[in-house]
Amino acid sequence: MSDRSLSSLAGMSIVVRREFASYFATPIAYVFILIFLILAGVFTFYIGNFYERGQADLAPFFSFHPWLYLFLVPAVSMRLWSEERKSGSIELLMTLPLTRLDVVVGKFLAAWLFTGLALSLTFPMWITVNYLGDPDNGIILASYVGSWMMAGGFLAIGSATSALSKSQVIAFILCGLLCLMFILAGFPMVVGVFKDWLPAVMVDTLASLSFLTHFSSISKGVLSMRDVIYFLAMIIAWLMATMIIVDLKQGE
Amino acid sequence: MIEISHLRKQFGDHVAVNDISFSVAPGEILGFLGPNGAGKSTTMKVITGFLPPTAGTVKVWGSDIESDTLTAQRHIGYLPEGAPCYEEMTPRGFLEFIARVRGFKGSEVAERISVVVDRLSLTAVLDQRIETLSKGFKRRVGLAQAILHDPDVLILDEPTDGLDPNQKHEVREMIRGLSRDKIVIISTHILEEVTAVCTRAVIIASGQIVADCTPEELEARSRYHGAITVRAVHDVDVPAISAFLEGLAGVAGIEQSGREITAIPRDARLEILPDVMAAVSQQTWPVAGVYQERGRLDEVFRTITEGQQHV
Repeated sequence: MSDRSLSSLAGMSIVVRREFASYFATPIAYVFILIFLILAGVFTFYIGNFYERGQADLAPFFSFHPWLYLFLVPAVSMRLWSEERKSGSIELLMTLPLTRLDVVVGKFLAAWLFTGLALSLTFPMWITVNYLGDPDNGIILASYVGSWMMAGGFLAIGSATSALSKSQVIAFILCGLLCLMFILAGFPMVVGVFKDWLPAVMVDTLASLSFLTHFSSISKGVLSMRDVIYFLAMIIAWLMATMIIVDLKQGE
Repeated sequence: MIEISHLRKQFGDHVAVNDISFSVAPGEILGFLGPNGAGKSTTMKVITGFLPPTAGTVKVWGSDIESDTLTAQRHIGYLPEGAPCYEEMTPRGFLEFIARVRGFKGSEVAERISVVVDRLSLTAVLDQRIETLSKGFKRRVGLAQAILHDPDVLILDEPTDGLDPNQKHEVREMIRGLSRDKIVIISTHILEEVTAVCTRAVIIASGQIVADCTPEELEARSRYHGAITVRAVHDVDVPAISAFLEGLAGVAGIEQSGREITAIPRDARLEILPDVMAAVSQQTWPVAGVYQERGRLDEVFRTITEGQQHV
């Protein structure tokens, strides 16, 4: 039997495959992708004034991504753990010879790949802008990478909130609230409020924790190591939180 | 070999399992009995590594479930209570996932699946979504998952709960059909199941072991063990038969329901059947039937779990 032991990577990839496929087992995945594409288009063309700006870039498209993710990412992440706990399949999953790390990271990666797929399906936007003008494709690529990293940050938060509750609705709302806080922390209005009664160091720290601060520099085409590390650190921190929550909840 | 030593599991202030110790050797089919809430499921969840023990140790085939969880889990096939699985998947997809997690690769995956699918007659529903299947099929998918890697240890939490008599029979046949060098632990509150499949019965109540013996020994504890029931043909004969049975030397008392009169022996080792048979052939009252009871498990179960007597 001992020769049947899996390497950690193998175990993780099996979890990723199952989870990823399960998104497509129901029409939900297709509906989600459709809504994502429609909203991305609406935001870009109507609210972002894509044509009126007269510039061949995708800035209006990317600048709405934090708000788009605010509603759509919790919808992807809410089922990650809540459903397992509700149906009891978590007992099966956790008694299979897989490490906790395999499962937590595997589930997250599947969700991340899924949002990556949805994001990559916005490619007609990129074709349009290249047809209309001569954009800096380097910036666009950097923005895509940045957007995906940000989605990862949101998803990791969602994974932790999903582990907290059996109810997908509660997981959705909690994730939405947390994500909103992480967006707003860098909003000029919020920063302004805190400026009056918090020391500058704390205001800066708060603002530097914001998704918006890091994403806006990325969407301007500056894919700095600092921002990438920020999102990776967010992902790792929230996945560690997920592991702890899963552990605690299991003992109940 | 499973060795459970001084196992204790506490949830907050509530002690679910309190200092349980027992070992199970290969070849044993152990029936794990107890009232609801006695700690059966909790014990199984600890053995399979789902819940960490509060104190004590569990060793599965020599591997400690806490320090060497994965090695221990590789030996175990587990059917959790209610047979949960991924309902949006098809049995084929689900079993493929399990096979890969269990370390099978390439053509082995299909081979293992075809073995368990044959064994549990799942061919017809292999490509149907699990959520659309009947309870019996869902349970079989759960069982298929548990036996897929031909585990040394099979742990089944109420495998026949909610199944119809035919399905129960099938599940029992499958368990009996497992090879002799395996360990099977079945939790149940269906007592007939213990006599039907188990070689050993462990009864727990309030988190403690209150009996650990063979099903036959359990039956022998019944006050009905060795009891003789005589069924009269005519109602008018009932008083006469009752009086006769009550007068026999080895009889402690009689019980009557309808035309059936049961004589309970003073001591199970006293054979009262010959006396009864002799009397039946000599007496004038006709008798529709005479039979001897092996013991009533439900009565033993009640006495043991309600009285909390330690044996």
